[in-house]
Amino acid sequence: MPKQKTIAATGNVLVAEAMRQCAPDMMAAYPITPQTTIVEEFAKFVANGRVHTEYVTVESEHSAMSACIGASAAGARVMTATSSQGLAYMWEELHIASGMRLPIVMANANRALSAPINIHCDHSDIMGARDTGWVILFAETAQEAYDNTIMSVRIAEHPDVLLPVMTTLDGFITTHSIDRAEVMDDETVSAFVGQYVPENALLDPERNVTHGAFAGLGGPYFEFKHSQRLAIERSRDVVKSVGAEWSEISGRPFGMVETFGMEDAEVAIVVIGSTAGNARHVARGLRAQGMKVGVVKVRCFRPFPYAELVQALSGVKAVAVLDRAESFGAEGGPLYLEVRSALYDLATRIPAVDYIYGLGGSDVKTELIERVFNDLADIAAGTAEPAGLVYLGAR
Amino acid sequence: MATLRELSHREDLLEGGHRLCAGCGASIAVRQVLLGAGACDCQVVAGCATGCLEVSTTIYPYSSWKIPFIHNAFANSAATVSGVESAFKGLQRAGKIPADKKMKFVAFGGDGGTYDIGLQSLSGAMERGHDMVYVCYDNGAYMNTGIQRSGATPLGAWATTSEVGKVGQGKVQRRKDLTSIIADHHIPYVAQASISDWKDLTAKAEKAFSMEGAAFLNVFAPCPRGWRIPYDSTVEIAKSAVDTAFWPLFEVVDGEWKMTTRRVTRENRKPIEEFLKPQGRFKHLFKPENEALRAAVQDEVDRNFDYILKRAGQ
Repeated sequence: MPKQKTIAATGNVLVAEAMRQCAPDMMAAYPITPQTTIVEEFAKFVANGRVHTEYVTVESEHSAMSACIGASAAGARVMTATSSQGLAYMWEELHIASGMRLPIVMANANRALSAPINIHCDHSDIMGARDTGWVILFAETAQEAYDNTIMSVRIAEHPDVLLPVMTTLDGFITTHSIDRAEVMDDETVSAFVGQYVPENALLDPERNVTHGAFAGLGGPYFEFKHSQRLAIERSRDVVKSVGAEWSEISGRPFGMVETFGMEDAEVAIVVIGSTAGNARHVARGLRAQGMKVGVVKVRCFRPFPYAELVQALSGVKAVAVLDRAESFGAEGGPLYLEVRSALYDLATRIPAVDYIYGLGGSDVKTELIERVFNDLADIAAGTAEPAGLVYLGAR
Repeated sequence: MATLRELSHREDLLEGGHRLCAGCGASIAVRQVLLGAGACDCQVVAGCATGCLEVSTTIYPYSSWKIPFIHNAFANSAATVSGVESAFKGLQRAGKIPADKKMKFVAFGGDGGTYDIGLQSLSGAMERGHDMVYVCYDNGAYMNTGIQRSGATPLGAWATTSEVGKVGQGKVQRRKDLTSIIADHHIPYVAQASISDWKDLTAKAEKAFSMEGAAFLNVFAPCPRGWRIPYDSTVEIAKSAVDTAFWPLFEVVDGEWKMTTRRVTRENRKPIEEFLKPQGRFKHLFKPENEALRAAVQDEVDRNFDYILKRAGQ
């Protein structure tokens, strides 16, 4: 029987705990705020002999992902964690990890990118990695960060997938705030994730495999990329089934998108990460006053849940997308572009507005979210036009 | 040290039929290094930085490597192989690989991938002390992209980014002394070798692979295409680099510096012209107006040789 205990801990402590329970054979560690406490926590597990993990204190994030790629190709279960500039510094390696079909699991503490330098939360770093071929999960809370991390291992190593997975949580807001969470017993997690059985291990003594071959000069590069597309498409069902299985064990729900008030909502906010809680809080208040508002939270960003999103939003009269990242020069932020694209499949056109918010940890006050719902109500009532792109709360 | 007869009985771990140029020094370097590795009598896993060696030996679906091989990117051959070695340790600790099993790990990179873009990755791996051998095959330029100057390109050499023209006369800067830099990481074994001196090179490879911990070999490996030399003169040019003291042969064992050939001394080293003259990349140095530059090249070679000799206590 699964045994859970309730603890108070930060998101980073919970991610480190989940990693320990998944028992990686190798971990690459490099410090960057606000991720550092994950690898610090793990260093204590190493020092106390609680894990068998070979803990490699690399000299940069580029080398962190490079060493992870070497170790994963060698046949090990591999994990690391990063944030912001570190994720950006890994960029070429992110593509190589997915292109070589290596099931690496990496936590990312979502943080702004320089310049100007800023250590606080936004999604600029992770959205910059959206096209790197990784499965990307977002956590709203420390609990979700814990659950997502455990699920990531199963998703990554699933024979239908074999892709790296990023399990992300919002910098400081989720990484550093102490939250209430339920932690599963080691045996249950261990049985859930199982053993990793690599298919083409470099260290397999029976075979002399070559990894990372050259596929240019008219070689099958194009076909390799097609196989990656097919793999991430297959991951949709795997994410859902692994989520469902973990839900069954843990008693906590998991959805590619998770909704609040959408059964009768006339207007809705689509949001990712920690701000979903604020949005629900405001929606709850407005609903008590009789406003039919709802919230759609995207928990899995890659693969993007188009069908689930369309299902959740069909019937609403106006939609607001909250984007905690820019895509300068595009019609809106990264989430907006995805949502607008998903809405194209609906027979009725739903007006949509993009709100860029919270960049570099800029405060997300409840009044701001209330303002968004009021804007939507005006659009739905036909008394206002969609405003295009709004910098929400910019001074 | 293995005799030539013994070496000839060891399996060649880089299969022929790869697409490197005729006369390429890189494949000679790899084969000699892996012959030396044969002495450790265990499975060897290789990694390689992006470059001529990698693209020419792993054209999908073919591979010339008769040992497990990984290529990742340009800057990270050392980090990647350090990851492979770490996986081995972790899997041993997990009981998934027998604790008494022995394996060795080798990372290759050209001078661009080692002196320049991969230096941080190399330095990190050496400092962490992974049980691995890093081998730089030094041909003194970015040859895979078409002969651009690197930190290993000699003073005065022509390259496509250190052009010769009305004002420019080849590379303005001196070479980076990478072998000394890695020696100053105080790892168990560091050596500088040349494909021309096969006995010295294979012996150094044997030592590098027999040491526990990080080892580094810097192997002089001429590039006929980039140096503008006939493809059948690769070994002769490499020998000339040793004889002129352009490329001193030495090793550093646990901090003890030692010259490994008695053939070349401060007194009998050949003039640098013998190394420069046959190479098209130095042709401009023999114009009358470049005599001072040629002298500067000789001074630089002497200065470097004196430095190495001094560290070796000579």
